[in-house]
Amino acid sequence: MNALNFDPGICAKCETYDCLMKCQYMDFDLESAREERWKLIRGEDTRILNDCVTCYACEEYCPYNNHPFYLIVERQEEKGIHPVPKPIEKSQIKAMAPKGVIAPMKVKEPVINMCYFPMMLGTIRGKLFEGASAIVGSDIFCNLMYLHFARNSVIKERLPKMIENIQKNYLEPSGVKELICYHDECYGTYTSWAPAFGIEVPFKPIHLFEYLYNRLSELKSEIKPLNLKVAYQRPCSNRLSPEIDHFVDDIFGLIGVERVNRKYDHENALCCGGVFEAQQRFDLMEKNQTLNVDDMKENGATHCVFNCPFCFWTLSDLVSQKGMTPIMMSDLCHQALGE
Amino acid sequence: MDRIFERLADIVGSDYVSNAAEERFIYSRDGGVQMPHEPDYVVLPNTTEEVQKIILLANEEKIPVVPMGGGLVLSGLSIPLKGGIVLDMKRMNRIIEVNEKSHYAVVEAGTALGMLSAYLNKHHPSLKNSLPDAPPVATVAGNIMIHGSGHLSQSEGGFHSEMVTGLEVVLPTGKIVKLGSCSTVPYWFSRAPLPDLAGLFLGWNGTTGIITKVGIKLFPRPLLNDGLMFMTEDVDTVPDIMFRIVNTEMCEDLTFFITPKPAMFEGFQMTIISITANSEKEMRLKKEIIRDALRDYYESKEAGFVPVPKEMKAFLLEAPQKNLSAFADVRKGGGFEYVGAIIPVEKIPDAYRAGLDIAAKNGITYSLGGRMIGRGHSFMFYFAYPFNRADKEDMDRVRQALDDTNHAALKMGGIPWKAEVSGQQLILKQMEPSTYEFMQDIRKLLDPNGIMNPGNWEVNP
Ligand SMILES: Cc1cc2nc3c(=O)[nH]c(=O)nc-3n(C[C@H](O)[C@H](O)[C@H](O)COP(=O)(O)OP(=O)(O)OC[C@H]3O[C@@H](n4cnc5c(N)ncnc54)[C@H](O)[C@@H]3O)c2cc1C
Ligand code: SF4
Ligand code: SF4
Repeated sequence: MNALNFDPGICAKCETYDCLMKCQYMDFDLESAREERWKLIRGEDTRILNDCVTCYACEEYCPYNNHPFYLIVERQEEKGIHPVPKPIEKSQIKAMAPKGVIAPMKVKEPVINMCYFPMMLGTIRGKLFEGASAIVGSDIFCNLMYLHFARNSVIKERLPKMIENIQKNYLEPSGVKELICYHDECYGTYTSWAPAFGIEVPFKPIHLFEYLYNRLSELKSEIKPLNLKVAYQRPCSNRLSPEIDHFVDDIFGLIGVERVNRKYDHENALCCGGVFEAQQRFDLMEKNQTLNVDDMKENGATHCVFNCPFCFWTLSDLVSQKGMTPIMMSDLCHQALGE
Repeated sequence: MDRIFERLADIVGSDYVSNAAEERFIYSRDGGVQMPHEPDYVVLPNTTEEVQKIILLANEEKIPVVPMGGGLVLSGLSIPLKGGIVLDMKRMNRIIEVNEKSHYAVVEAGTALGMLSAYLNKHHPSLKNSLPDAPPVATVAGNIMIHGSGHLSQSEGGFHSEMVTGLEVVLPTGKIVKLGSCSTVPYWFSRAPLPDLAGLFLGWNGTTGIITKVGIKLFPRPLLNDGLMFMTEDVDTVPDIMFRIVNTEMCEDLTFFITPKPAMFEGFQMTIISITANSEKEMRLKKEIIRDALRDYYESKEAGFVPVPKEMKAFLLEAPQKNLSAFADVRKGGGFEYVGAIIPVEKIPDAYRAGLDIAAKNGITYSLGGRMIGRGHSFMFYFAYPFNRADKEDMDRVRQALDDTNHAALKMGGIPWKAEVSGQQLILKQMEPSTYEFMQDIRKLLDPNGIMNPGNWEVNP
C-alpha cells in the first residue's frame, strides 16, 4: 500500500549520482556514491542510513525526480533506524496526533492552510489576506515532519485522513478548489510526497509565495519600497518545490528588497540546524547556525526572512544577536503595504 | 471584654489582634486536606519585643502559640491544633541589611521570599536568593522551619535551612537569643565557628521558638539563563543521569517532572537542567559538557535532549515555577496537597512508581517530580494532588493518597517532608526511641509550659 514511486532503472542510467555527490553532509566520489546508492536500493546496510541528516536536499539534486530521499527514509524505517531518540519521537507522534475535533466550516477564497501553527494565525490579516479564510490544526496537519524521524509510516497513516478532512469539511462544501499553503512543508506534501506515494490530492495546492506575488501585484500602487538588504533562509521542505524559488526574487522585486547574494542560498542553502538538535547532532547544529548567520551578516543583510516558523524559532535569537532583524516573509510583505 | 484579648491589644495595638469569628475561621485551615481547628486569637506583631511580650503572656496564661508565615505549608503545620494564639509574622517583613561582599541578607522572619527577591533585583542586581516554587508570599522563616528547598539548592549548598547564616529567636520562655556570628560580632556571616545552636530550631516547625530575624545566604546572579530538557522512558536510568549531570558541576538547578498532560509528556520522565552563565561562550561550553556527560544515552537513542521552544523554556526556567501553582487549581474548589519526601537519589524510580500506583489506586489527578538537593546529596521528591474542597469524596481520596505516600516514602528509605501530624506519627514510630526522647527532653527544657505549636512532633498529641 502506498509504495514509493522510485525507479531503480533511472538510477541505473544515471551518470552523475547528484543525489549523493551534492550532499552537504556526506563525502563521496562517483564510485562510492554509486556503490552506496545501490546498497540502499537493494535494501542493504549503507552508511547513508545513519549519516543522512534528513535535509531533504537530494530530492532537489536528483535531476530525474526519482525521490532518492524518500527512499532513504523508507529504508531507515525498514531497518529500525531512529534519527531522533525514541522517547522524543514517540512524544512528538503523540503530541501532533489528530485530535478528531474538526467540524465542517464555510470558507471563502482564498483559503490559507496554516498547517499546525495556530500561533501564526495573526499574520492572516490586512489587505494582503483580505477576505481570506484560514484553516489550522492537528486534523489538517500534513505530518511531513516525520521524514526527519524516519517515520514515513506515520505520514502514510495520517495524511489521507488529513486530505479528506480538508476537502470534506472546508473546500468541497464551499466550492473551493485551491488551497494556499502557508508552510513549504504542506506544499511539498501535496505536490511531491503525496504523488510519490500514489496518494491523490483533490485540491490544487498553491504556494504562499505565488499567492503573495499575485496579491502584491494587484496592490502594486500601494507598495512602499522597503529598500532593505535581506538574506533569505531557505527551509528544508522548499527542496521539494525548487520551482518556487523564483517567487522570492519576484516578491523582493515588487517590494523593493535586495536578496543578498549569500553563499548558503538556492541549491546551496544550509539547514537552520533545528532538526539536528532533535537528532542530537549538536556540533552540526552549532556549525550550521554559525555558518548561516555569519554568511547573512558578511553579505550585508540587515534582515533575515524566513518562511518556515520552525527555522524562525531556531535562528531568530542568533540573527538578532548579530544585529539583523528576523522576519517572516508574510510580515515583510505586510510591511511593504504599510500594515 | 476578653482579658487576654485586651492584653494582646495592649501589646500590638487593637488593629492587629482579632478573635472575630471570620478571622478565626480563616486561620483555622490551610490549602491542604488537614482538619481545621480554630485559634482563639490571631495576632500580628511588629517587633521582636512584641513577640517577646506575647510569649510571656502565653506562658502566664498557659495558652498555645502557633507561629505562621505565609501559611502555605499545606500540611497543617500552622493550624492551631489546640487553639490559642496564631502569631502571624507577616508584618515583620523588613529587609534589614544586605552584605554584598559577604553574600548574605538579614531579614525579619515574615519577609516574603518573593519580596526579598524583588528587593535584590532592584538594589543588588548581582545577587539572588534561592527561591522555592511556592507562591512568592511564602516567608523566609516559614520555609527554613520546614527545611525547604529551591532553585539554588542543587548548586549552592542544599536545603534553605543550610543557607542560614544566623538567627534571632524568641525562646518559648521569652528570652531573646542570637545564634551564629551575630551573637558575638555585628556581622551575620556564618554559624561557624561557634557551637551551632541553630539546629534546635531549623526544621522544628515552630515547636521550639519563634524566629524573628534570619541571616540568609545570597548567591551571584549570572547574566544569562538557559536550559536543557532530557527525556527518558526508563525511570531506572534517571538516578544515573542525574548523577552524571550533577558531577559536571555545570548546572544551577536540576529538577525532574512527570505529568499525564499534555499528551506529549505522558509516559516519559523529563529532567530539566537549568544553566546560568555570564557569556554566550560560557553557556555553550556548559551545555556541551552536560551533553557530553550523557552522550552514550542519547547515542543509544533510548533517551535524548528535547528541543524546547523558547516560550516553553522560559516557562520551565522561571523561578519560582508558576506552573505548579497553576496545577494546584486544576480541580477548582481551592484544594491542593503538595506532599514531599526527602529520599536517597537512587530511590527516584521507587518514588516514581509509588506515586503512579497511589494516584491510580485512589483515582486522583497527579503531578510528580522533584529537585536535586546539594551536589547529589539527596532528592526532594514531590507528589502533588489537587482536589476540590467542595467535594468530600475527592478530599477523602487525597487524604488516603497522602497517607499512602507517607508509608511508601518511609518504606523505600526516605522521610516524609513537612509531614502533617499523622505523617509525623509514622516517622516517630520508626525513629530510634533515644532520638525521640532526646527531642522531647530538648522541648521540655526550652518550653517548660508546652506552649509552642503543641500537637506536633509528639507520639501522643
Ligand atoms: C504550589 C506550591 C509549591 C511549593 N513549592 C515548594 C518548593 O519548591 N520548595 C519548598 O521548600 N516548599 C514548597 N512549597 C511548600 C511551602 O509553601 C513553602 O515551603 C513555604 O516556604 C512555606 O513558608 P510559609 O511562610 O508559607 O510557612 P508557613 O506555612 O506559614 O509555616 C511553615 C512552618 O513554619 C512555622 N513557622 C512559620 N514562621 C515561623 C517563625 N517565624 N518562627 C518559627 N516558626 C515559624 C509554622 O508554624 C509552620 O510549622 C510549595 C507550596 C505550594 C503551594
Ligand atoms: S536518485 Fe537521481 S541522482 Fe540519485 S542516482 Fe538515482 S537518478 Fe541519479
Ligand atoms: S537528505 Fe540531505 S543529508 Fe540525506 S542524503 Fe539527501 S542530501 Fe544528504
